[in-house]
Amino acid sequence: MGNLTIEYKLNVSLVLLLLAIPAIALMLDEPFYITLATKVVILALAGVGLNLALGLGGLISFGHAAFFGIGGYIAGILASHSLNAELMFTLAGTEFDGTTNMLVIWPLALLVSALVAVFIGYFSLRTKGVYFIMITLAFAQMIYYFAIAWPAYGGEDGLSIYVRNQFMGLNTLDPIIFYGICFALLMSVLLLVSKLKNSHFGSALQAARQNEQRLAAVGIRPFGIKLTAFVISAMITALAGALFADLNRFVSPDMFSWHTSGEIMIFVILGGVGRLFGPVVGAGLFILFEYYLGGLTEHWALFLGLVLLAVVLFARGGLVGLIAGEVKHD
Amino acid sequence: MTAILLFEQLLNGLQFGMMLFLMSAGLTLVFGVMGLINLAHGVLYMVGAFACAIIAGLTGSFWLGLMASLIVAAMAGALIEVGVIRKLYQRDHLDQVLATYALILIFSGATRWLFGAFPLYLDVPEILSTPVNLFGLLDYSSYRLFIIGIGITVALGLYFLIAKTRLGMRIRAGASDREMIAALGVDIRTLYTLVFALGAALAGLAGALLGAVQSVEVGMGDSVLILAFVVIVIGGIGSIKGAFIGALLVGLVDTMGRFLLPYLFALVLPPDTAASVGGALSSVAIYILMAVILIVKPKGLIAANG
Repeated sequence: MGNLTIEYKLNVSLVLLLLAIPAIALMLDEPFYITLATKVVILALAGVGLNLALGLGGLISFGHAAFFGIGGYIAGILASHSLNAELMFTLAGTEFDGTTNMLVIWPLALLVSALVAVFIGYFSLRTKGVYFIMITLAFAQMIYYFAIAWPAYGGEDGLSIYVRNQFMGLNTLDPIIFYGICFALLMSVLLLVSKLKNSHFGSALQAARQNEQRLAAVGIRPFGIKLTAFVISAMITALAGALFADLNRFVSPDMFSWHTSGEIMIFVILGGVGRLFGPVVGAGLFILFEYYLGGLTEHWALFLGLVLLAVVLFARGGLVGLIAGEVKHD
Repeated sequence: MTAILLFEQLLNGLQFGMMLFLMSAGLTLVFGVMGLINLAHGVLYMVGAFACAIIAGLTGSFWLGLMASLIVAAMAGALIEVGVIRKLYQRDHLDQVLATYALILIFSGATRWLFGAFPLYLDVPEILSTPVNLFGLLDYSSYRLFIIGIGITVALGLYFLIAKTRLGMRIRAGASDREMIAALGVDIRTLYTLVFALGAALAGLAGALLGAVQSVEVGMGDSVLILAFVVIVIGGIGSIKGAFIGALLVGLVDTMGRFLLPYLFALVLPPDTAASVGGALSSVAIYILMAVILIVKPKGLIAANG
């Protein structure tokens, strides 16, 4: 582990690049780049969440939009109650009107998504292979159609957040400050995931992917390991959802749609499944594509499809795999 | 609410189920025989609808359009299979999901490029445009009855094909043991292309039939694709019989849920709340059905390969 691998160097360069983006954007006099980079960082965070389940655990969840949307709606619903001073619920005589404080929104998003993930995971993890893909999709679709049909929080139209939520008295509407918050969160989560990956839990999870019988034979129940990974993965994606809601100051049922699940999966695959910084590379590439090709032609999705197809058929380790080579086993 | 209204809704559910069956038959065959998850199946539905709308628009004949939908969708299916899908059989499900998702982007993008974002116009043929009177009780759309008829015909045809013909025997053999059938000298590559094209043709037919009552536009296959997946997962992936049962279940539960649930909730809740709770619940009813069935029977109602 001592000598620096290409992947390690790549990761360090990515961190430095992300750090330098506000300065670069100001130098080029293109402040919009900061918002673009914020989007990359947030979507990368969603991908990091999925990568934990998919890359390490081999759990192909086609329903992570559910958690992304839950995070978004928690932020949206709390903020809308608070901004409209509407009573949300009364608990033990205290009235609760929602909040615009990110430090309350995030833990709630984590908590709710964890509860939902325990429920979804408990049932989904009984199935395997294609059935797992489909049952996670079904749960996400349930929430999607529910969000459309339920009129209380905007239904099909979604919910607007008129003022970005608050973080420790900072001016979150300043793009650089909001970028900084998202960047710091992404880095903390990446650190956490890399620690997790090298922990006993991480080894057990990867063993569960490779051979469940052997894992069971050494006395570890794969189900508990996989469920834990699924829940942590969902919580990370939900946190990204809450940030995404604040970025756009808007949430809509689209956050729950299966296209969102597909896109989060694309970030992971484009970058490289199971690679720590894979989702960062994937999300960055996706947004660059959307922005530059979207500016050139309205048919950018067609070209994205061609690139994606080429990556799946010919570059199986994703982009990080192309640059850093196969995973080395030491 | 009268018995006649209920009967009409049952027929609607049956028609919806038949359309879903046309869509799911190919999907389940492709998974059963080749072990492939094909998200691009909805694209073939769209291709069929576009082919029908364009040919019907040029020739003025809906029936020629319907023929065209079968042929064009089958050709598109064969093209996709030979060009891309063939390379995916040995890959894991993740690669299959991604590559076929990429195909959706490519085909939707190309279709939008060629035909624009506006829906095309496709009309119900004149002979089926007037309602028929059923048992002197109600007037019912003859076009919907026609769809039900096509669904039943295709189901019988598929049953005959799979159970009684040499091709069907090979398909069944391919589903239960791929290596063995190849070892016995069956040209497995051609068989796969044939099966894929057959499924594609049925999806194209479904798209053309539904295109006349809904709109023919890019993305029309997306929601149907997800429903078809629900159907084959409920029925047991790989089983045509399962797809038939699953399609009828989903069609009826969805239609009857939307019809009955608001009434049921109105018995216990105030009308406003009942409408929104009933509406919200009925739109997720089939997904609840799917989750419950998978929890009880993790391989669907009819497990295809044991």
